[in-house]
Amino acid sequence: MIPELGHFALIVALLLALTQAILPLIGAQRGNLTLMSVARPAAQGQFVFVAIAFGCLAWSFLHNDFSVENVARNSFSQLPEIYRFTATWGSHEGSMLLWALILGFWTTSVSVFSRHLPDDMVARVIGIMGLISTGFLAFLLTTSNPFLRLLPAAADGRDMNPLLQDPGMVIHPPMLYMGYVGFSVAFAFAIAALLSGRLDAAWARWSRPWTTVAWAFLTLGIALGSWWAYNELGWGGWWFWDPTENASFMPWIAGTALIHSLAVTEKRGAFKAWTVLLALTAFSLSLLGTFLVRSGVLSSVHAFATDPARGAFILGFLVVVIGGSLALFAWRAPKMLTGGRFTWFSREALLLANNVVLLAALGSVLLGTLYPLLLDALGMGKISVGPPYFNAVFVPLMAPALFLMGVGPLARWKEASLPDMVSRLKWALAISVATGLLLPLTLKGFNPWAALGFTLSMWILLTVLIGFRERLKNSGRIGNLPRAFWGMQLAHLGLAWGVAGITLVANYQEERDVRMNVGDHTQLAGYTFTFQGTTERVGPNYRAAKGTVEVSRDGKKLFVLHPEKRVYNASGMPMTEAAIHPNFFRDVYVALGEPLDDQAKTWAVRLFHKPFINWLWIGALFMVAGGFLAASDRRYRIAVKATAPAGAAVQGA
Amino acid sequence: MKRWIPLLVFAILVGFFAKGLLLNPREVPSPFIGKPAPAFTLPLVGNANASFSPADMKGKVWLLNVWAPWCVSCRQEHGVLMELARSQPVPIVGLNWKDKEREAAQLLAEHGSPYVAVPDDLTGKTGIDYGVTGTPETYVVDKAGIIRMKHIGPISPEVWKEKFEPKLKELGA
Repeated sequence: MIPELGHFALIVALLLALTQAILPLIGAQRGNLTLMSVARPAAQGQFVFVAIAFGCLAWSFLHNDFSVENVARNSFSQLPEIYRFTATWGSHEGSMLLWALILGFWTTSVSVFSRHLPDDMVARVIGIMGLISTGFLAFLLTTSNPFLRLLPAAADGRDMNPLLQDPGMVIHPPMLYMGYVGFSVAFAFAIAALLSGRLDAAWARWSRPWTTVAWAFLTLGIALGSWWAYNELGWGGWWFWDPTENASFMPWIAGTALIHSLAVTEKRGAFKAWTVLLALTAFSLSLLGTFLVRSGVLSSVHAFATDPARGAFILGFLVVVIGGSLALFAWRAPKMLTGGRFTWFSREALLLANNVVLLAALGSVLLGTLYPLLLDALGMGKISVGPPYFNAVFVPLMAPALFLMGVGPLARWKEASLPDMVSRLKWALAISVATGLLLPLTLKGFNPWAALGFTLSMWILLTVLIGFRERLKNSGRIGNLPRAFWGMQLAHLGLAWGVAGITLVANYQEERDVRMNVGDHTQLAGYTFTFQGTTERVGPNYRAAKGTVEVSRDGKKLFVLHPEKRVYNASGMPMTEAAIHPNFFRDVYVALGEPLDDQAKTWAVRLFHKPFINWLWIGALFMVAGGFLAASDRRYRIAVKATAPAGAAVQGA
Repeated sequence: MKRWIPLLVFAILVGFFAKGLLLNPREVPSPFIGKPAPAFTLPLVGNANASFSPADMKGKVWLLNVWAPWCVSCRQEHGVLMELARSQPVPIVGLNWKDKEREAAQLLAEHGSPYVAVPDDLTGKTGIDYGVTGTPETYVVDKAGIIRMKHIGPISPEVWKEKFEPKLKELGA
């Protein structure tokens, strides 16, 4: 009964989404207030019904209703309760339902926090988001219905993919989708602006907090995904340039470029067409990522089961949404007047340069991700593009972006003076270069990549400090600084911190694959690892060989690690559960490979010493905090209220 | 015209995606398909005086199953191969690959041998000639000694039904 209720709720949600899309858009075009006023209640109702459907699916999972095919395929009676809940979105169907749910959440948020916006703008934005909801709900109902029954019911489930049974996976997908789907708000604002022809500073100001919040969620989602891969895959890596990872990274790069471009459009009225195009691009890449992952055109370690009907549906949807919006852009582009003149050396110019570099980096990731598909489609053979390509292309492109990141926030709008900038920044530059040249010598000898990474991290850190000093000279107290400024500085500092962590772990990590018998010792990075054998352990839905590895230094016992090799009961899949001893300066990481004899006394053991790897995630958390802080700046609330009575708010800043 | 560029780029991508939907990214073709099975002469496991060479199988459709006693998934497919050996749709030759511990003879004696011959590729050189990426792998060789198909991974009853049976029928086994 409950699954049928969920199915029914999904159908009602689709009808509401259609209403939400069609009536307000017609109303906005004709200036009919009655039709426009449908937008808010329809959007909120749609969200409620998708939430009911989601609740019904979650209920089926929590109650082990194996007469529902999706539950039987992706859950298991022995699965711990928390994973039975997260299994709700562990399948293709469930994750698409989560997509629709989060889209409903964002739409409802827009409907609540838009009281000060002009009615036609709100109607258009909510209408556009309704069109997207319609597409996703129709996709769910026609090709990916999560409520299909299985007759006769299965006796037990086939279990959730063991890879996904990890604390990191509990919140990674919802956060990632909050980011992905959040870009739909900026997208809808851009389309609404194109439709109404009012592309002005007010439009940019409305879009900014939404974009920044979505970006912060996406940052968090990507960081959690990376943390999960590091913990769960047992290879000790944290980023693999896998198509699925790239699918989340590309919207992130576009979103980063969009945040900066929106700043220029709001403050100076420049780059209007460029900003609109970026807003369309960021969400298009979210949709594209969904297509690449769901349709199975690219093989990936995370790929879900593939089904050509689903791929064809999403491709059709992409053509309508992306093709339609780009056509609208091309049609309306001549109306976008460029405003705000600036010289070649100014904050605008520096931000534009940064945007171009980011887009080049985005293009390189897109090319690498799609290259195997392009060659295969042309009948030129099967290849795969891996980390060597991405590291060789992406890293050099990011270096100028990081350098510009230090200069941009300190440059003046319109026209900056180069000699003035040089005199303000010469010491920072000198210290950064000196750090880059000398720091590697104290570690393991000179290494150009390490030197580059240290220089850029130090450069950003120092320019952030200079930024604070100069602002304090003008505004006096640190409490007077606006949140937007704090947010930007925190996010930049977070990136510097992350880059430092990446540089250290990429250049100075040590690893060993060894064969260890009970009582064997191995040395790595000054630590002594003693293998004390394995014991059998029975988990809720798996059996494990639990290893004991004692780690000591200079004869002093430091800590004991328990890596596990698990075999899951339902699927029979073996899984490596790495044991990690983290601290601020390094991780000690031990993973069990395979038993090398029949008595399971000798094992292949993988040992890693990962210096400063946690800086990566600390840096990401700073970026997330910076994003939320910047989005909460009171300027957005006060400034928009001031424009509201004027109705259309045509003026640039 | 500049403003149409994004749409144009997208249209080209859509063309590729549409084509991509019809392709299977997981299928990696072996360059050996359609080529004569590389020749070798190797001693037999359990009888070092006798030897095996692909030329011995001329006129028959046969399978070359690359396996090893240390390979876990080979044990998985052992039951399926035994079943095939009983129903005898096609002779199976088992290339014993890199058996450094010399366990093959004992293992086959214990669990039964599905093979008509077990050539002993101790150095692994023959496996390399065939482009073996890992065990188990199975090659279908036709009457003229040409490799017609390669399967990577253990043979399950489903794989046999869906992949091998149609191919063998086509080759007239």
